[in-house]
Amino acid sequence: MKQAIELNINGDVHEMLVATHHTLLEVLREQLGLIGTKRGCDLGACGACTVLIDGEAYLSCLMLAVDAIGKQVVTIEGLSEDGDLHPLQSAFVDQGALQCGFCTPGMILTAKAILDEEKHPAEEVIKQKMAGNLCRCTGYKKVVEAVMRVAEESGQEV
Amino acid sequence: MEKEFNVVGARLPMMDAAQKAKGAALFTDDLILPGMLYGKILRSPLPHAKILNIDTSKAEKLPGVKGVVTGKDIPDRLYGIVPMAKDEYALAKGKIRYIGDDVAAVCAIDPEIAEEALELIDVDYEELPAVFDPFEAKKDGAPVIHDGIKNNTSFAIKKEFGDVKKAFAESDAIFEDTFFSQAVNHAPLEPHAALAQFDPLNGELTIWSSTQIPFFLRRNLSNTLQIPESKVRVIKPKVGGGFGQKIDLFAKDFCAAWFAMHLGKPVKFIYDREEVFISTRQRHPMYITVKTGMKKDGTILAQKFQSYADGGAYNSTAPTMMALSCFFLMIPYKVPNLFYEGYHVYTNKPVGGAMRGHGIPQARFAVERQLDLMAERLGLDPTEIRLKNSIHAGEPHSAGFVINTCGFSESVEKAADAIGWKEKRGKLPHGRGVGLAGASFPSGVSNMSHISSGAVVQVGRDGAVNVLSGAADIGQGAETVISQIVAEELGVPLDDIRITAADTGITPLDPGTFGSGVTVRAGNAAKLAAAAVKQKLFNFLADKLEANAADLVAKDRKIFVKGSPEKGLTLLEGLKAYQYADLPMPIVGRGSWMAPADEPTTLFEQDGNFAPSYSFMTQAAEVEVDLITGQVKLLRMVTAHDCGRPINPMLVEGQLEGSVVGGMGQALYENVIVEKGQMMNPSFLDYGFPTFLEMPEIEAIEVETDDPIGPYGAKEAGEGTQLSPAPAIVNAIYDAIGVDFMELPITPEKILDALEEKKKT
Repeated sequence: MKQAIELNINGDVHEMLVATHHTLLEVLREQLGLIGTKRGCDLGACGACTVLIDGEAYLSCLMLAVDAIGKQVVTIEGLSEDGDLHPLQSAFVDQGALQCGFCTPGMILTAKAILDEEKHPAEEVIKQKMAGNLCRCTGYKKVVEAVMRVAEESGQEV
Repeated sequence: MEKEFNVVGARLPMMDAAQKAKGAALFTDDLILPGMLYGKILRSPLPHAKILNIDTSKAEKLPGVKGVVTGKDIPDRLYGIVPMAKDEYALAKGKIRYIGDDVAAVCAIDPEIAEEALELIDVDYEELPAVFDPFEAKKDGAPVIHDGIKNNTSFAIKKEFGDVKKAFAESDAIFEDTFFSQAVNHAPLEPHAALAQFDPLNGELTIWSSTQIPFFLRRNLSNTLQIPESKVRVIKPKVGGGFGQKIDLFAKDFCAAWFAMHLGKPVKFIYDREEVFISTRQRHPMYITVKTGMKKDGTILAQKFQSYADGGAYNSTAPTMMALSCFFLMIPYKVPNLFYEGYHVYTNKPVGGAMRGHGIPQARFAVERQLDLMAERLGLDPTEIRLKNSIHAGEPHSAGFVINTCGFSESVEKAADAIGWKEKRGKLPHGRGVGLAGASFPSGVSNMSHISSGAVVQVGRDGAVNVLSGAADIGQGAETVISQIVAEELGVPLDDIRITAADTGITPLDPGTFGSGVTVRAGNAAKLAAAAVKQKLFNFLADKLEANAADLVAKDRKIFVKGSPEKGLTLLEGLKAYQYADLPMPIVGRGSWMAPADEPTTLFEQDGNFAPSYSFMTQAAEVEVDLITGQVKLLRMVTAHDCGRPINPMLVEGQLEGSVVGGMGQALYENVIVEKGQMMNPSFLDYGFPTFLEMPEIEAIEVETDDPIGPYGAKEAGEGTQLSPAPAIVNAIYDAIGVDFMELPITPEKILDALEEKKKT
């Protein structure tokens, strides 16, 4: 069954026809071409499909697209403004916190949700909250360093 | 002091890092072509059976289905990544050999319809007796998994170096121990994928595939589809990790190509996570018995090594894996007399293949664990026994390896110092301990003559540098490292380089990402190509600068006389002059490189120098064992590491950190569980590889050497560092609780059982 819905993705309202059983991940990737959201397991176990829903990190493979009606969805494509990298994206690049890059969008969005909630989280908090995002390349060390760097730098602005 | 190099040795982000951080990097599943169809594979529900009949009629009639293919439809051509070990069809022909084997494939206008169609295929099986244990499988009378393979032993290697019998007779102490190293899955985050398109006008097949080996894939596709290699173009998009698992041709590659050719439409196959676990590759489970003879002072005199690899249903890389496992027993320690026998045995289980370290981690676990056991029994310190037997550069080697540079003994000392060996070993409170282990890995191979790489470098009038390389970047940063080498050679910043890589229709030949040869092999090819461009320019500019071409240098986008930066011109001025002298543009340089070998040899028949160079490392672990829950926490892992001169220290660190956590997974958490042929934990939820929570403190110490063969002195990095985290951790657990673990992984259950057992005795 298909349903005409409106989704607010990265600040734009998309009027679209979606299969009611399709996940947000499927609709983002296949209907909107927002391929930065990755499919790693389709089981909510790897975090590669993480998006922000009203500012919180969600696994888009576990959420039906129709359940996103009326919510603000942010994907990795919605993070950089005017083509500039978001500070988290810059930190991941500069610190070598990504290798193959497949888990990276999900990692960055989870990190954004953490830092939006708490400006200066302790390293242990970052690890706890990012534990749902798997990476097989980096060993996580540089990811933690990158997130910590952004947390520290945002502290300097205050 | 002036820096020796500008771009080489710099901590630069990967050239495609921003693209990846923005989510704009295109992986195979991100590619969409007009009219694209979707394929799915029907997999065997039985471990061993004859296929009597496959009825596809119902599936074909399902609206939206465009085609069904079975083994009967495909050419009678075996494939395999190691030519001597080909034993697999793209789809099963008459027989399936494990639960998850490729039976048939469908293609439809939508993935859900394809999935539904799979259920409409009726397969008549005649179930055969199955065998799941390699020791059962090699017995006379065991079920025959592949016709003509006696005792299911598809590959056996026996090698003797020196006089083992005599050396054992001369030994003061002889120890024999048995070990088991389990199956683990590579678990790259990107599932395997392929997208194929066929142009009937010129008969050319184009396939985008999540592969580590575009050129081998081309060869295998050409062979199985029976079309010329020149008509197959393999393009590697971004690959989301491989770790060896993407070194093979899989049914998805073949079926995508087959449907594209027969239906005239592009076809995409994506494996789901369960298929990645069950139907691709895993690290070989291996049963190992090591017997070692030593002098009282800990000098190794002889070693006898026997291994049985549980290969699963097919060979994949079996011969290479067994050979690596054998040869790398003789490094980083001197083993003057060695007898090795290794057997690769088929079972009706998921298939073993190349995985980071490729046969060596299993052997290192056994040897490094046993060295500690022997040190204990002989009253020696584990660091002492390793230093005593360390290989050194320039020494003669029992198998003919040529060791130009070797930082091994230094790595033992540095790793031990950094972990606080003297203060901690045997002195920490019960439940806490330190341990270490050593390793070495080849930088590619030199005794297989067909393993070579090419590169083309072009420089135009605007100074932009265009590099073509066949190297397959799977996320490790190969394209960046190769570009850094070219930038250094031409004296330009990395920003001036544009690289096109891993497209068999455009880029020169390269064997792919395996055996840790990319930086040395493809890097040297690119260096030669860049040097050829530079030479043409220097030859032309020499007159103008009233100097010998040999005295010119290229640096900071300038060309000048060595030692006299004022006597020169900018690169752009030089290029303009070149063009205005009516010399042809662009300036093109080519390079081809293979490891130097006295004569072409093979891996299995002859001895000799295995690799152009060897990396060395010692890894030292500190662990804490929770005596109540049995959980082991890896607190810290130090790696002292000789990878020659790192081209990009930040990327080397990344490799090292990832491999340490991978090795920790093998030591403590990961285990592919198979019961009666059925994998029990084929998901991230059930399998459980390390997360942020398990991450240890990781420290890297560079033991820098300047290798004469590698580009700018570089050697292998990133694969060797996954060899010894596991034995280092297990050795540390021994220090913590005094229990000898001989089987991986060390789960909390095993710890608690062992502590209970210990209490009793």
